[in-house]
Amino acid sequence: MTVAKEMRVVKDVTCPFCGVTCDDLEVHVEDGKIRDVKNACVLGKDTFLHHLEGLATPRIDGKPASIEACIEAAADILARAKYPLIYGLDSTELHAHRKAIELADLIGANIDHTSSVCHAPSLQAVQTVGIPSCTVGEVKNRADLVIFWGANPAEAHPRHATRYSVTVKGMFTPQGRKDRTVIHIDVRRTPTSRMADTFIQIKPHSDYEVFSTLTALVNGHDLDVSEVGGVPLQEWRDLVEVMKGAKFGILYWGMGLTMTRGKYLNVVALLRLCQELNRFTKFLGAPLRGHGNVVGMAQVLTWQTGFPFAVNMSRGYPRFNPGEFSVADLLGRGEVDAALIIAADAIGNFPAKAAQHLKSIPLIAVDPKESETTKVAQVVIPAAQAAVAAEGVAYRMDHIPLPLKKVVDSPYPSDREILDRIIARVLAKRPDDGAKRAAPLPRG
Amino acid sequence: MAKSFILITGRTTKQGRTIHLGKQAKDYIDEVSALEMNPADMEALQVKEGDRVRLRTDHGSSVVRCKKGTVPPGLLFIAYGQFVNALVGPDTQGTGMPNTKGIEVEVEKDDSG
Ligand code: SF4
Repeated sequence: MTVAKEMRVVKDVTCPFCGVTCDDLEVHVEDGKIRDVKNACVLGKDTFLHHLEGLATPRIDGKPASIEACIEAAADILARAKYPLIYGLDSTELHAHRKAIELADLIGANIDHTSSVCHAPSLQAVQTVGIPSCTVGEVKNRADLVIFWGANPAEAHPRHATRYSVTVKGMFTPQGRKDRTVIHIDVRRTPTSRMADTFIQIKPHSDYEVFSTLTALVNGHDLDVSEVGGVPLQEWRDLVEVMKGAKFGILYWGMGLTMTRGKYLNVVALLRLCQELNRFTKFLGAPLRGHGNVVGMAQVLTWQTGFPFAVNMSRGYPRFNPGEFSVADLLGRGEVDAALIIAADAIGNFPAKAAQHLKSIPLIAVDPKESETTKVAQVVIPAAQAAVAAEGVAYRMDHIPLPLKKVVDSPYPSDREILDRIIARVLAKRPDDGAKRAAPLPRG
Repeated sequence: MAKSFILITGRTTKQGRTIHLGKQAKDYIDEVSALEMNPADMEALQVKEGDRVRLRTDHGSSVVRCKKGTVPPGLLFIAYGQFVNALVGPDTQGTGMPNTKGIEVEVEKDDSG
């Protein structure tokens, strides 16, 4: 007798891998296993097809343990800690974000997420000068000039070009690619240069200077130099004419600006340029965001605490101070005494010294898969992977929330359930709670 | 003889794909340990495609393999991963962001076998 196989096709599935957040995937499931994925790029496809590879197992001090025992051990560590850190939260969903913030509030933790080491400088720049921006839908329908600066969407956001910005046909861009001028500006040629009409190669560390030059030219000042950033001034004059002449321009930037010298000041200079251009035409800017759902965590943290990253709850109310409460600094200075890393591989991604401190303190890792962090964590709690084995909500790079589906089952609880259970156990250990271990308020 | 360069890091399609295989997977390690260099710089350092070079900063050092790339002279590219993490310091100049791109590095041929 042959047993009939269960075959399902799940439509309109949202991909969790990058901030393009494609919501048109078709996932083919056979006997509870993902067999095929349609419409996704290779990165999205691999996210689903390899979701069972390298799965984490529940353990305490390297020994197998039940989920319940792991949650108890995690709650013990967090309830005892004096200056804990909750970090990660890129590869998960909105309800887990909310629970993580609730837990941080409860235990007086520092809470930070992957934005801190990707587009946090962009967030600081927006706090400083504001941003003229729009959704990807407007870009698709209206943009006739698209500039990618210090970004490589061809490799990091593969379907951005075909869904939103380059080849896609829109209401006022009916011919797609033919209706758009595409420019790539970077310190090196990448596959993104091949999508562009023009590639301008600038010297490393010259972005701020170039933005200032362009802004001066936009405002009618000419400069008494022959080149800026290794590029003849005439090329910058030509670019300004192209920008002013566009009907609807958008400048997308990447971590080429945020991770290099100048950091948020590079983005401040970019946003000022976009603002000045609005005296002549419609001109907008947007960061190319998102490994996973980093945008979601920044959104949720902002509407819950007022700040997008690097938040400290030790006084019982949120405080924000990059450089003090940001993860790389907290760890680099060796300040935190316990950490919960959830839905991100902190040790695999951090500067060596920061990773070293994490290895020296009680560490809890919540992750569907083994990683450099789970390898050394005292407590490992496997989770059902959001968008594959757990439902929820993710934010696209333009802040539009989209539903994540549960496509297959997992034997493990979701991030939000794990956090909820940790909260319950922490509370049970502190029956008199409400009284947070608040540091004394400064006088005056 | 060591030479100074500026090192850029970033995502590559292959890094994004092989990360799903786990960070111990050979394909992943091959991708994140490949250093792109301008052919003229390779000649000056007397290294060939596939040769090992040592990268050094004030914060640490890494041994990686050379690969001919389209980067301009004086610039190097490597995908995000453990090899570059060893070179990055934790200082963020009060921004929260470590200097992850545009890192000044010393490069020399590694003959340690
Ligand atoms: S572009 Fe991004 S969101 Fe879309 S399928 Fe690829 S990885 Fe997934």
